[in-house]
Amino acid sequence: MLWIAIRMLTGDAQKFYGLLFGIAFSTLLITQQLTIFVNLIERGASGVFNAPEAEVWVMDPVSRTTDVNYAMPSTALDEVRSVPGVEWAVPHLRAVASVRTGTGDLEGVAIIGVDDATLIGMPENMVSETKSVLSQPDSVVIDDGGVFNLFENGEDPIGQRLELNDQRAVIRGVADSIPSFTSQVVLYTKYSQALNYVPGTRNRLTFVLAGVTEGETAAGVADRIEEQTGLKAETREEFADAGVDFIVENTGIPTNFGITVVLGFVVGVAIVGLTFSLFIRDNIKQFGALKAIGVTNSKIVGMVSAQAALVGAVGYALGVIGTVTFIWAFSGNPFFKGFYIPWQIPLISLAAVVIILAITGWIALRSVLNTEPASVFR
Amino acid sequence: MNAESAICARGIIRDFQAGQSTIRVLHGIDTDIRSGEMTYVVGESGSGKTTLISIMCGILWPTEGEVQVFGTDIYSLSDTELVNFRLNNIGFIFQQYNLIPSIDAASNAAVPLIAKGMAIGPAREKAIELLEKLNISDQANKLPNQLSGGQQQRVAIARALVHEPRLVVCDEPTAALDASSGRRVMDLLREVAVAPDRACIIVTHDNRIFDLADRILVLEDGRVTHDGTDMPEDH
Repeated sequence: MLWIAIRMLTGDAQKFYGLLFGIAFSTLLITQQLTIFVNLIERGASGVFNAPEAEVWVMDPVSRTTDVNYAMPSTALDEVRSVPGVEWAVPHLRAVASVRTGTGDLEGVAIIGVDDATLIGMPENMVSETKSVLSQPDSVVIDDGGVFNLFENGEDPIGQRLELNDQRAVIRGVADSIPSFTSQVVLYTKYSQALNYVPGTRNRLTFVLAGVTEGETAAGVADRIEEQTGLKAETREEFADAGVDFIVENTGIPTNFGITVVLGFVVGVAIVGLTFSLFIRDNIKQFGALKAIGVTNSKIVGMVSAQAALVGAVGYALGVIGTVTFIWAFSGNPFFKGFYIPWQIPLISLAAVVIILAITGWIALRSVLNTEPASVFR
Repeated sequence: MNAESAICARGIIRDFQAGQSTIRVLHGIDTDIRSGEMTYVVGESGSGKTTLISIMCGILWPTEGEVQVFGTDIYSLSDTELVNFRLNNIGFIFQQYNLIPSIDAASNAAVPLIAKGMAIGPAREKAIELLEKLNISDQANKLPNQLSGGQQQRVAIARALVHEPRLVVCDEPTAALDASSGRRVMDLLREVAVAPDRACIIVTHDNRIFDLADRILVLEDGRVTHDGTDMPEDH
């Protein structure tokens, strides 16, 4: 009977494709929007991920994220270095500045000052040149996303001069970094150089990045740093989470994406529900005839379930393929750099599809089960 | 119950609710349907013939009364038992055929066998054998919408007989057919459906085919007013 059920469904091409469209559209909307949402909020932690060597981030107690920070006195570096379990500690400066581009426009940029000697604090990989270019005078390394923002005409950024807070800066390399939440241009430079680029205030050391000695845990060393220095110290994972949480708590993004996801679900229920109901209504005489002939209700339930399962499986697959295609198609766009589909998202959209089909299938099934076999004689 | 009776109906009453009021459609009908006969149930619209046939074949519960089909009190069976009883013992031919539009004629004819659990291949083969008897095996692979009304009715007949039921129930089998097609279908039905161990009940008001009946029950206002081999003079 399942074969008959499937043929009944696929034989009505208009409704079959309508149902597939409904499920595929819902899956696409839910999966794609959740993917963008997750990747976007994860960018709240991009500052942490772009400094892969740092196991512990030390900061002023009021600092919350890599971008929401309050500078410390430079003595904080020595205090951290004196804590047992700290293998190394380097200064890290993060500030904003304005840069005047070749066309005369002003662009807000993030300045990141990394340790002069070790260059700890820079992204792991470079797109062009090497990290050592920072040893040259007035050198900055731009992030690859920033190249698209500052050089829209496709110019080669290497060797380009910038006016950075009235100081000269020369781009000598391009870093392969994860874009920030705001996709702001990021310029990496040595810590000592960064102090020249940002306006002078008494304290300009925003973070101390630390590594832990062998046999110690990052969490244990972070606790010890807090105890001994009175500063705030977080492990890499804790600080990354703090960046994500800050975006979730302080922006309307979860609400906006949540609304879109709910709309995807509602649209799915509406399209699939309506089409499924029309399909059942068109075939109610046939279902009635089957019941009269001697097909049990449990077999009818099996038939409608098989129809729902087929629509769900194909529609869901199309929706997920659509999302993968979307991510792949836009992978060259710097906004979508590094986007991936976390494995939990297809499971969430699968659950949504199952719920959509359970609701609409149940509504459709009710009318079939309520159909009296005797109605075929009327 | 009469030993020859396929169906023995006693004291059948059926009421329907219409808003606040109750309408009695059948008023205590007692009748027997015998195997080996083609029995017509005729009457005006609203006389209760469809209700009676529905009750006699186990798809509509009577308000009162008892129906035995081949010795089984069908309304004492559980729902599942009754459904299985219908599947094993009764073949249906509906006025609008109710063929499944997206499967071909052979598969439509094979539906009862598939419902009984037979694999599609053998079920189709058996259905095609029957379609051959009905002279439309050349249409076996066509969808219902590619067949004429008469051909669709033959597929419906094949579906009603393919599982070799002991009772065949037809609802207005000629209503959607022209006179000659209707006559041919009824001749065919008489040839393939009537057997010594099988009863055939036909609900109709098509007086063009009354002469093919072995027995005619006339219903008026929910009561049997005539039971004989011919139609009464005043009809």
